[in-house]
Amino acid sequence: MYNIKCDVAIIGGGPAGLAAAISAKEEGAQKVLIIERDNALGGILQQCIHPGFGLTRFNEELTGPEYYSRFVDKAKELGVDVLLNSMVLEIDSENKELSCVNSEYGLTKIDAGSIVLAMGCRERTRANIVIPGTRPAGIYTAGSAQRLINRQNIMVGKKVVILGSGDIGMIMARRMSLEGAEVVMVVELMDYLAGLTRNRVQCLDDFGIPLKLAHTITKIEGDERVTGVYIAPVDENKKPIKEKEEFVECDTVLFSVGLIPENEITNKAGICMNRTTNGPVVNQYMQTSKPSVFACGNVVHVNDLVDNVSKESEQAGKYAARYAMGKLPETKKEIPCTIGRNVRYVCPHKIAVSEENEKTTLFFRVLAPEDNVKLVARCGSEIIAHKKELRANPGEMCSLLVDTSKIVGDEIIIEALKED
Amino acid sequence: MKKEIICTVCPRGCHILVDGDEKSVFSVDGYGCKRGFEYASAEYLSPVRILTTTVKIFGIDSDLLPVRSAKPLPKNKLSECMDIIKNTEVKLPVKRYDTIISDICGTGIDIVATKDIG
Repeated sequence: MYNIKCDVAIIGGGPAGLAAAISAKEEGAQKVLIIERDNALGGILQQCIHPGFGLTRFNEELTGPEYYSRFVDKAKELGVDVLLNSMVLEIDSENKELSCVNSEYGLTKIDAGSIVLAMGCRERTRANIVIPGTRPAGIYTAGSAQRLINRQNIMVGKKVVILGSGDIGMIMARRMSLEGAEVVMVVELMDYLAGLTRNRVQCLDDFGIPLKLAHTITKIEGDERVTGVYIAPVDENKKPIKEKEEFVECDTVLFSVGLIPENEITNKAGICMNRTTNGPVVNQYMQTSKPSVFACGNVVHVNDLVDNVSKESEQAGKYAARYAMGKLPETKKEIPCTIGRNVRYVCPHKIAVSEENEKTTLFFRVLAPEDNVKLVARCGSEIIAHKKELRANPGEMCSLLVDTSKIVGDEIIIEALKED
Repeated sequence: MKKEIICTVCPRGCHILVDGDEKSVFSVDGYGCKRGFEYASAEYLSPVRILTTTVKIFGIDSDLLPVRSAKPLPKNKLSECMDIIKNTEVKLPVKRYDTIISDICGTGIDIVATKDIG
């Protein structure tokens, strides 16, 4: 069996894996290896040809390929090793071993000093949300349509209905319009937009595409090819109001109905998971419940901005390198980050308290949209970080920078308070 | 003529009402900050967008070159620009930021590659 040794093994060569690899190298790890199942680095950004990336990190508006190319260039310059066309099958966190299959070497064993999970996420499909009807051709997830159109030169349809107002759905609405297709409407179950306002303006309004909030697709029709869908408004319990159902003609349906962190390897390794994010529980080092395994990016929690993924993944890479070198400070105790008013989840889920203190970013999402909020991190009645926001949206990640030396007591409560 | 503009500067997404004519803005209402005021005025007078799409590669059917406008283009020129780009083919190799079409539709703005291929 082919055998590779490295200090830090990173599963996934998308934005998370690339940022982790670079920071592991910069922290002093000698041999850093990215294992990627696709035939090139860059992950999903390879098909995200649209702009909007890098606004917070680089202060300029980059496209997906420009964004990941900067990281690929840097990784090459630092001498990061890359194993493409390789699918990791399982990891052994005790022995720090990975098994993968590579199209050239066959079954391959990798011995590592530490492991970083950066597998990203995949799309929820029609089957995940159970839309009734027939099973004709012309039904895609927005991301697979995006890959076909942008990377493989295959146009998927002429008259499109999109379910879900997530960013990928809206971006595909623009993309299909630019390529000459008619986007009949975007249908959204919730009574608010799932994605960024910017995308509503530039992807829907610019092209005159109607957005149907609080509606859903109740049935897909068609024999060989989609001939149309039934849509209906939903009541306050998200149940379709049958009497108001109407038929919409189309030949293609795209689903942009959320993402699922891809955690088969994580689950198999017996790593502790969080039920809200469907990703591993991590501390501020992005370290999982198995000390040799770190995780970052969309495999931990689904992000809206790649800039945040890069930032969080640098933490994972840095501390994975330290772990491999035996330099990670010993944890004295772990303080959970607990959710308070109008907060859905917080990442990291806990803070490891050690001899060393640092400033760490807590990323979190609110449950419901609200104007004029004060974001607060507190230990008991002691406020350790706070920030005012004009608006907090579930679709846009909030963050607070916390100084770990200020932590007192047994928990940190994160909340979004309403300001008058 | 009055026009409602949804501000994209921050997540708040203020609905800003701008009144003016083709050459100047008379009034701006409903903005939440200075950046919003500036965005709405510019969006009213001359909306611009970065155009991104793909270009065919000569002799290869299964791959495409992603491209962008080097700077934002006037919004009303986008479909005209798409017609030109659709009928363009490039020969490999191409380097990131190579000019693929210069001065597209007389805008003074180039269409450039966003990645290296070949």
